[in-house]
Amino acid sequence: MSEIEETLKRIQSHKGVVGTIVVNAQGIPIRTTLDNSTTLQYTALLRQITILARGTVRDIDPQNDLTFLRMRSKKHEVMVGVDKDFLFVVVQAPSE
Amino acid sequence: MPQKATSQKNKQVSPKVASQSIKTAPPKAVKPAVKKKDDENATDMGDVADEWMQGKTLLKPPDQLQLSEAELKEELTRVLTANNPHAPQNIVRYSFKERCYKPISNVDQLAIHFSLDGNMLHKDSDEARRQKARMSIAEEYVADSIAVDGSEDGRKENLGPDEEKGESEDKGTRGKKEQKLTNQFNFSERASQTHNNPLREKASQTEPPPRANFSAIANQWEIYDYYIVELQKQERTKEKQKAPPVKKEDEKSKKKQSTTESQSDDITKVSSKVVQILERMVNQNRFDDIAQDFKYFEDASDEFREQEGTLLPLWKFQYEKAKKLAVTALCWSQVYKDLFAVGHGSYDFTKQGHGMLLFYSLKNSTYPEFIFKTDSGIMCLDIHVGHPHLVAVGFYDGSVAVYNMKEMGTQPIHKSTAMTGKHTDPVWQVKWQKDDMDNHPNFFSVSSDGRVTSWTLVKNELMYMDVIKLSVDGVALEGQGDDQLPTMACGTSFDFHKQIDYLYIVGTAEGKIHKCSKAYSSQFLETYNAHNMAVDAVRWNHFHPKVFISCSADWTVKIWDQTINTPMFTFDLNAPVGDVAWAPYSSTVFAAVTTDGKVHVFDLNVNKYKAICEQLVVAKKKNKLTHVEFNPVHPIIIVGDDRGYVTCLKVSPNLRKMPKEKKGQDVPKGPEVEVAKMEKILSLLREPTSAVKK
Repeated sequence: MSEIEETLKRIQSHKGVVGTIVVNAQGIPIRTTLDNSTTLQYTALLRQITILARGTVRDIDPQNDLTFLRMRSKKHEVMVGVDKDFLFVVVQAPSE
Repeated sequence: MPQKATSQKNKQVSPKVASQSIKTAPPKAVKPAVKKKDDENATDMGDVADEWMQGKTLLKPPDQLQLSEAELKEELTRVLTANNPHAPQNIVRYSFKERCYKPISNVDQLAIHFSLDGNMLHKDSDEARRQKARMSIAEEYVADSIAVDGSEDGRKENLGPDEEKGESEDKGTRGKKEQKLTNQFNFSERASQTHNNPLREKASQTEPPPRANFSAIANQWEIYDYYIVELQKQERTKEKQKAPPVKKEDEKSKKKQSTTESQSDDITKVSSKVVQILERMVNQNRFDDIAQDFKYFEDASDEFREQEGTLLPLWKFQYEKAKKLAVTALCWSQVYKDLFAVGHGSYDFTKQGHGMLLFYSLKNSTYPEFIFKTDSGIMCLDIHVGHPHLVAVGFYDGSVAVYNMKEMGTQPIHKSTAMTGKHTDPVWQVKWQKDDMDNHPNFFSVSSDGRVTSWTLVKNELMYMDVIKLSVDGVALEGQGDDQLPTMACGTSFDFHKQIDYLYIVGTAEGKIHKCSKAYSSQFLETYNAHNMAVDAVRWNHFHPKVFISCSADWTVKIWDQTINTPMFTFDLNAPVGDVAWAPYSSTVFAAVTTDGKVHVFDLNVNKYKAICEQLVVAKKKNKLTHVEFNPVHPIIIVGDDRGYVTCLKVSPNLRKMPKEKKGQDVPKGPEVEVAKMEKILSLLREPTSAVKK
């Protein structure tokens, strides 16, 4: 198995992690541990905000680029890792 | 009364006339009634009328026909017929047939008394229809003309007669339009239709050009990206021009590969960096409190305890495959302050298996960053200072290897074999040295076979050179004659001087420490009888050039001044000491780990006799602590044990005391201070006649 898949597996088995999603360049989730409807919802919404964030960063300095996006809410923390083609989404509940 | 009088008159007159009248006509039947009345009247009025009647006499008109009474009684019949009295009764017409005049039997008896021509027409008659049509057209025209009149008020007068003319003309034309005026006598309408060509529809549709929807946003960074791509293309064309055609093929194949990669959804080709970052984030979240402690926690109780400090447990690192293996080596990376290497092996002579080389980062405590599996247990390792990707490893089977972190392979780039000077006994310590004159990295290793060897990486080869052979000097074996075989001592640890390059000390299994120089390969500069058992670790002080520390399984830790043969300080820790390390921030602080699971931290500046911190670090007493290392920058230490765990602890403020600044003086910093500090301590010891020790 590739390194990435192993790492994803490890992340998923981490304490507090609710789910992980991998989204390809077209915005289609190719790997997910959540149920279908939740996955689609997360994918659509997070993709939008990631594009927005990316645009913000790059508009300020085109040589810059977004590496990751972290959104902390009352119940969860959503972490989005940004790659050239892919989005990696991890939803984790805080450890308290 | 006068009426009656007249009637009376009439009565008198009338009997004469009445007799005539009765005879003349029956319609005058009224007269006898009148007569009767008259008679009655006469009787009534006889009295009244008598006077009148006497007064009048019978008048006869002069031209009245004188008739006899007989003639007067004659009845004349009168007949009333419908014949026109004026109509001639004897109309004669000429008959051409008989060529004579003949009387017409039927004479028209109609007498027209009054004729009046009316102007009513039957509605279905031609004239009526024509009228109707004319009327309807006239109405429309009237309506239009009213509208026209309304809009053109000013020109009414002038256009009045013109309009009327126009109206009439229009009416006429319209009338013509309505009804075809046909010749009434010999008009015949005939129509013929030409032959219509059959219609055929023929259509052809071209294939529509392929369409694709394209939408894009022109942002500053999109423009930038395109420019960059354009730049790269230009560079490639330049390269193509320069390079031979062979290269072109390579590029084409590369291009093909890149296109297929971009289309595939295979995530294995994605760089793992992003996922790594994610994992670290997840870890950070999970161990959030630990991370916060690491960064910010300072034990407040240290203010109350002047002489004591604590160690706060932070992360615990373990790898499931290394659980059975003991931690045999620990090393921080000098460049990446959060990265450290752990060597796994076994100290047990009987249980020798494989080993592991793991690299952990503080940012991810659940999984190592790099994993290398080795055939033989690792005994020691060292990370090159200048080239942090080079790692030298010494194995239990006596070989040394160099790993290159940049390469993804699991095998070392160099490994010594029996041919290339491999040690015959476990290698207890390896240490990188400065690059030699040809800029080749080189390192030293010490082993139980009594050799200290220098290895140099020359053009992908590992070349070795024995620096010195440790021999048991001056040991007179009893019972042996002249054939005294020089027995080799087992070197168990060594350390190179921080400032003086060629100077190093070696600890042996016999408990001796030899001070050596790289220049002299046969002789020691000095020998210290340090311990009763094997010397587990020797370390030069980071600041003071003369001080080094040693620890041994004989439960002691000793501090030496290299000029003096006897130890300056001796500490008994009640358990075999596995490792000892100087703190990088102070010349008087060091930590020692013992097999009973405790970490002892000493600060000579504070307390020369006792540890200022003695803490049980691992939960079970069965865990033996094997190694300890200070982090170069952060106030943390890592401790390895024989169960394969590495625990990270934070050093409390008391343990890292800096000298207090005196009033009016700048804060002293730098190694000179440390040296001075140490010197002060040592000077107290050197002169036994010195004053009170504290």
